[in-house]
Amino acid sequence: MSSDTNSAKSNKNNTLANNNTTVKKLLLVVLAMFGFGFLLVPLYDVFCDITGLNGKTSNTAASYNTTGIDSSRTVKVQFITRNAKGIPWQFEPVINEINVHPGEMKVVSFYAKNNASYDITGQAVPSVSPGLAANYFHKIECFCFTQQPLTAGSDVEMGLQFYVDIELPSDINTLTLSYTLYDISEKSS
Amino acid sequence: MGKHKLILLMLVSVVTNVAWADTQLNLTKGVTAVSRDVYDLHMLVLYICTVIGILVFGIMFWSIIFHRKSKGAKPADFHESTKVEILWTAIPIVLLIAMAIPATKTLIAMEDNENSDVTIQITGSQWKWHYKYFDQDIEYYSVLSTPREQYQNQQQTSVVKDENYLLEVDKPLVIPTNKKVRFLITSDDVIHSWWVPAFAIKQDANPGFINEAWTRVDEPGTYRGQCAELCGKDHGFMPIVVEVKSPEDYDIWLTEQQQRIAQAANAEQASLSSSMSKEELMQLGETTYTAYCSACHQITGLGLPPAFPALKGSAIATGTIKDHIDIVINGKAGTGMQAYGKQLTLKEIAAVVTYERNAWGNNTGDLVQSADVKAVSGEQ
Amino acid sequence: MTTDTLNNTSTADIEVAVNQGDNSGNHDHKMTGIKRWLYTTNHKDIGTLYLWFAFIMLLTGGALAMVIRAELFQPGLQLVEPDFFNQLTTVHGLVMVFGAIMPAFTGFANWMLPMMLGAPDMALPRMNNWSFWILPFAFAILLGSFFMESGAPNFGWTFYAPLSTTYSNGSTAFFGFAVHIMGISSIMGAINIVVTIMNMRAPGMTYMKMPLFVWTFFITAYLLIVVMPVLAGVVTMILTDTYFGTSFFDAAGGGDPVMFQHIFWFFGHPEVYIMILPAFGIISTTIPAFSRKKLFGYSSMVYATSSIALLSFLVWAHHMFTTGMPLFGELFFMYCTMLIAVPTGVKIFNWVATMWRGSLSFETPMLFSIAFVILFTIGGFSGLMLAMTPVDFQYHDTYFVVAHFHYVLVTGSLFSLYAGAYFWLPKWTGHMYNDTLSKWHFWCSLISVNLLFFPMHFLGLAGMPRRIPDYALQFADFNKWVSIGGFAFGLSQLIFLAVVIKCIRGGEKALAKPWDGAVGLEWTVASPAPYHTFSAPPSQQDIDKQHEN
Repeated sequence: MSSDTNSAKSNKNNTLANNNTTVKKLLLVVLAMFGFGFLLVPLYDVFCDITGLNGKTSNTAASYNTTGIDSSRTVKVQFITRNAKGIPWQFEPVINEINVHPGEMKVVSFYAKNNASYDITGQAVPSVSPGLAANYFHKIECFCFTQQPLTAGSDVEMGLQFYVDIELPSDINTLTLSYTLYDISEKSS
Repeated sequence: MGKHKLILLMLVSVVTNVAWADTQLNLTKGVTAVSRDVYDLHMLVLYICTVIGILVFGIMFWSIIFHRKSKGAKPADFHESTKVEILWTAIPIVLLIAMAIPATKTLIAMEDNENSDVTIQITGSQWKWHYKYFDQDIEYYSVLSTPREQYQNQQQTSVVKDENYLLEVDKPLVIPTNKKVRFLITSDDVIHSWWVPAFAIKQDANPGFINEAWTRVDEPGTYRGQCAELCGKDHGFMPIVVEVKSPEDYDIWLTEQQQRIAQAANAEQASLSSSMSKEELMQLGETTYTAYCSACHQITGLGLPPAFPALKGSAIATGTIKDHIDIVINGKAGTGMQAYGKQLTLKEIAAVVTYERNAWGNNTGDLVQSADVKAVSGEQ
Repeated sequence: MTTDTLNNTSTADIEVAVNQGDNSGNHDHKMTGIKRWLYTTNHKDIGTLYLWFAFIMLLTGGALAMVIRAELFQPGLQLVEPDFFNQLTTVHGLVMVFGAIMPAFTGFANWMLPMMLGAPDMALPRMNNWSFWILPFAFAILLGSFFMESGAPNFGWTFYAPLSTTYSNGSTAFFGFAVHIMGISSIMGAINIVVTIMNMRAPGMTYMKMPLFVWTFFITAYLLIVVMPVLAGVVTMILTDTYFGTSFFDAAGGGDPVMFQHIFWFFGHPEVYIMILPAFGIISTTIPAFSRKKLFGYSSMVYATSSIALLSFLVWAHHMFTTGMPLFGELFFMYCTMLIAVPTGVKIFNWVATMWRGSLSFETPMLFSIAFVILFTIGGFSGLMLAMTPVDFQYHDTYFVVAHFHYVLVTGSLFSLYAGAYFWLPKWTGHMYNDTLSKWHFWCSLISVNLLFFPMHFLGLAGMPRRIPDYALQFADFNKWVSIGGFAFGLSQLIFLAVVIKCIRGGEKALAKPWDGAVGLEWTVASPAPYHTFSAPPSQQDIDKQHEN
């Protein structure tokens, strides 16, 4: 056993050095993957933008930029609203449904009234179904881009200016836009 | 001997148990073209799996029986064969393709939400469903109607359970036959999932987002389902009931609903000018409380802190009447407390507030009338 | 006879009875009493700690499950409130996944990897100690939350937002910290395994000569290192959403609750394979041993395991078909999921081919292995059914799913653990286990586990959702039988406890190699394995022998 103690010792040192490098590499992987977990958040948004997963629409204003109006096609756009828990507003579309030609700009409005005895800041969160259509629904101006403060008892008519992209896949003829209204007074103050 | 007899008796009782007669073993075929496709697909995969299972287990049991050491079997020494490996990689791939083709077809049909005749907005809310007919004024909550004493049986009371125990609601969703009905599904709070097996629809209700599903039902009837995504305490108590009527009956139902809405508005108006006695208020209040509030705040008023605070001696139930009415009508953001302004009538809110202010030793002596509620809710 | 000479002696000749009396007991560096266990850096001690901890957690999680089954014995709410029921199902899931199955496999890795590789110990012994000893604290926090004002976590072990954030009962912090600690423990354990396998192999032990057992742990450890940090990330997001006002998963602030599911299942699906790949390793060891025939298709097994691991990163969304994915997403994840059936099938065919024309005997480890192959395959079949998106809409979140993953995790992972435990108990304790009791354990478990989980398929098909404290009357008959099966299965596990205790205390002395068909370096050392093994590496001859058989 003692004859090759030296070589055994150097072997052992080698092993320890190897261990350290391997551990360091693996710890880097761990850190990278922890970061990747968070990176998935923006990646998911990119992924949704590309695929229209979950019907997320862009939350910044688009500019009206179309190659023309396709009057041979008519697309039905439906509006629905829903209040999340705990926001005592009356909130509804003024019209439920509108027919548009792709490329044609339209303005519709939504009515909101704060029924509570205190001031509330609301935030409407849009969602489009079918999800694939979200990329073809362009909002030029929308109340959902900003927070909506309403004093107790006051009401407002809020505008939505939009157009449907001329490239909208031909198998989509109905588009539903839903707004969910949240009370964000606490977060905004 | 005695032991054997007992076991035999148990086996016999299992086999002959009357209740087994209507015990469902397999997936439902359902009442739509899609649900029947889904059923066929299910059976196809089941058969393929069964055949593979019989073959593989058969070979294995052959070894177990004939290749035993105790029978003097000598081990062979083969341990690899590329041919065989390729074979049992290729065969499963072929089978998988055979399954994937019909699955893809069915899936494409399921996802075609275009050209619907009726659109209904479905919202999950802890722990009930809300249905709203697009382009109609009709909207209502659909709540479990099985009485509490049928499932709260810790005390071993012998209350007989209904036939549709836990699968019955006060106001079912009503849809017509042979029309393409489109559902837009969302949620007020957490994720729920709207599931009716007979339509082969299960679609998550995500807060802030809408999901679509559709159905075209052949046969009139009543179809039942349940919430399929864990949504908190009463996840097991938010069933779905869909009544499918012929288009004619459906139209009659629509008209009835319109009339009922008009009547309700009149009744609300009438209740403003009348005032109720304490007995009346307390009685109606207790009924309303049991149905809408006791799931969280409990019959005893002690709640389930910290998520669901006690009402007994609480600052709100013994404080100013206005704040009390306000929280019932508008709910409280970021908690489980919902807005009941649209779910209950003025009279019911007045009664339930009166009840909460006078029950469990909250002896404030306050009486709240419909007009008081109206004053707080303003123009609602 | 000293340890060193013993190691250098080939003991393949099992006719030679090994006198292991002097080796098992005291060693210079070994402390006594509780300190031995607290400060130990010995891979065998830590392996033992992991195994006992896992078994205690199995009984704890089992006790929770038995309360669940008692409540579900008949319709109506008899014993617990719905909210407490949700706490039970949540903690049952967490305890079984992170407390029982995963630590049990880590225990096997600690005990067996150095011995199978001809290494003196794990590569990082101090970290090894640390990674075990933080586990009890994690579970103290988790189980302690039952006694807090908030109650235990009640949002399911999958903690979907916003139920676990905005609508949580206040237990999210306990949950989050407990899971963080479990994750750190797993990552440390996995790093240790990878480093050991990469650097501590005896000279001449090439990768393709390693036992398949080692391969499966190698691949599993890599999976852990890659996905556990993602779990840590998503738990952190849940914590900040709940307590610091971020909006990762809150639609009101621009977040998306469905994104939680994507990130969670990106961890969650590989996690499923983390719990089953080591089981493949154990079964690939026991079946050849009791068939007295070399494992069929060793290299194809290595490739199949690797491809399952790689595919596991492409299928996460099959847990989310009902969340409203676009058609092409559903199709992509359906095809990828179905594809997993191919390498999994290869493994099963290989095991059957190993048994084919072998010389089979049916000791308890073999019984558990055979049961594993059959019942895991049944779990695989239901998995294939679940992969078909259109039908998954019917199966999803019902008892069919519950049946599926319990077949895979209980009659899969847990049965493989029992097979392994019986296989190596003689090596661990130096005694043979009580054969009669072990057979009782097997047959009671086999019958009751099927009574417990098989009817759940029917319940799911008939439409019973999972995670409900009470159910409609048409589900009553099956639930009664399922509950009876549950109690019987739970009690059967106490037989195993008795077997192990008896085996530690005494029993027939085990030979160095008690199984005539067994190969592997661990059988070249005495039973019980001396406290230090392979201080000098094994001979090339022994290494080749364990591979060439």
